[in-house]
Amino acid sequence: MSKELIHLNNISKSFDGQMVLDELNLTIHENEFVTLLGPSGCGKTTTLRILGGFATPDTGSVIFDGRDITNLPPNLRPLNTVFQKYALFTHMNIAENIAFGLKIRKKSKDYIADKIRYALKLVNLEGYENRMPDSLSGGQQQRIAIARAIVNEPRVLLLDEPLGALDLKLRQEMQYELIRMKNELGITFVYVTHDQEEALTMSDTIVVMNQGYIQQIGSPESIYNEPENAFVADFIGDSNIIPATMIEDKLVSILGTRFACVDTGFGHNKPVDVVIRPEDVELVAPAQGTLTGEVTHLIFKGVHYEMEVMAGGFEWLVHSTVLHPVGEKVGVRVDPYNIQIMNKPESEDEEAVAIDI
Amino acid sequence: MKNTAKKIYIALIFLFLYAPIATLMVLSFNASKTRAKWGGFTFKWYTQLIQNDDILKALGNTLLIALLSSVIATVIGTVACIAMNHMKKRTRTVMMGITNIPMLNADIVTGISLMLLFISFGLRFGFGTILLAHITFNIPYVILSVMPRMKQLNPSIYEAALDLGASPFNAFRRVVFPDLLPGILSGFLMAFTMSLDDFIITHFTKGAGVDTLSTKIYTEVRKGIKPEMYALSTIIFLSVLVLLLLVNAAPDKQDPRADKKQASRF
Repeated sequence: MSKELIHLNNISKSFDGQMVLDELNLTIHENEFVTLLGPSGCGKTTTLRILGGFATPDTGSVIFDGRDITNLPPNLRPLNTVFQKYALFTHMNIAENIAFGLKIRKKSKDYIADKIRYALKLVNLEGYENRMPDSLSGGQQQRIAIARAIVNEPRVLLLDEPLGALDLKLRQEMQYELIRMKNELGITFVYVTHDQEEALTMSDTIVVMNQGYIQQIGSPESIYNEPENAFVADFIGDSNIIPATMIEDKLVSILGTRFACVDTGFGHNKPVDVVIRPEDVELVAPAQGTLTGEVTHLIFKGVHYEMEVMAGGFEWLVHSTVLHPVGEKVGVRVDPYNIQIMNKPESEDEEAVAIDI
Repeated sequence: MKNTAKKIYIALIFLFLYAPIATLMVLSFNASKTRAKWGGFTFKWYTQLIQNDDILKALGNTLLIALLSSVIATVIGTVACIAMNHMKKRTRTVMMGITNIPMLNADIVTGISLMLLFISFGLRFGFGTILLAHITFNIPYVILSVMPRMKQLNPSIYEAALDLGASPFNAFRRVVFPDLLPGILSGFLMAFTMSLDDFIITHFTKGAGVDTLSTKIYTEVRKGIKPEMYALSTIIFLSVLVLLLLVNAAPDKQDPRADKKQASRF
């Protein structure tokens, strides 16, 4: 991993007596694309606002490149933000919007003109200098907001659900654009979203948050394939979360049936939760399955069929390109390495666990 | 047939609305001193009017008070809006209610209560007390026209300006203020108009020897109506009309979505 750039140290924050962030610790590295992912109210936006300087934590500190910036006002921080609703200045044209930060820093006219050209080229909107923000589409406005932020050469760009207001097609295009821009600029992106697909597509590192706690930090692959608890498994993608018992290393009893798995170190006869992704459930002939069941629902989803299979007293969610009509008897089989074992939360309160890294 | 009826109906409405003012305007150009007969067209009353020092002094007072009171009320009202915008919703609703009450209050009540207040503070009645009174009744009108603008404001733009390196003052001046400007302008014009045509409150808060146009006309009329007064009233009517047109036009130019509620209050 490259050099550490930002360190959030034991950050707590509450609004009107309601705890939003509880002793949060997070390290962000140089040139990393970090996504804070979670449902609304999980504290992800508050974390971003603390980074940007728009909120002050009740306790804890924000360390930027070795310097404590906890109480530094936003106008003095070496970071820039792209706001959820673009926040373009409507009485200024595009060039003036982009030049705003540079003019405050008293850059020369030539320098500013160069930067405007460069930024518009980067966001693929050359020739838009004299347009007014109102005359642009949502996607274009969002790109201008990004251009306006990056001309100031921030070391970190904070993005607060920047694609939230765009339609699906545009959102997907912008995801690729953002990845390209980040590679071109070589700076750190901290991205906030509740959209797991966005997070999986763009990030180097995903930070899954819920109720003010970090649930898991990891690469998109590890978050998706090895969720550490039921919340992460449930939030990222569709999943079958089934209560089970770990009989011994590499052997788990699911719904009373023994399945081989690859996890070790959970102890003997210990209650656990298992996560099996719907695309990892294989439907085979009844005789070849570990469990047998019957298809109860069937929906066509475009790339695949989504089916529900009642087997062993549990309704399994299954994604498959092969059609099994409702009422068909099928066998359910899962490859050992597709069974992800998770510790059961010890109490209701600890469902959201704090993790230090 | 139906259309003709519609047109006649509208014509009648306008006739009743504007006939008195039209009469006044016509009479202001009447060479004869009596109201009963037309003695030919003249500018005589207008020239006499400009030579009347008392009237000119009253005009000067009126304009000065209107300008000062509306400028000061605009500053206070705008600052009040910024503060109210940062309040919690319930406090803000209560505050808006409190600032709206003086507008609904009868002028005579406002006038007498201001007079009593000034007496109890031992203020000397004169230009100063009129000005204070006008500032007081103008502030709610400014708040009324700035507040909707304030609510439309995207709260992120202030933060975006800070984020791009602007100091809080600069962020307000360069980003928030231009967005509020149409509301501030129409508030200012509305306050100016209200001040210009106020009679009752001025009547109760002015001292001896100081007059605005409206109080001056009132005293003159009591002595018997002189045609100069027609001329003066015509001028006042026309200037208020122009101001009203400006109030109506100001927010539209900037933002076609801005509601016209403020102007239709008159």
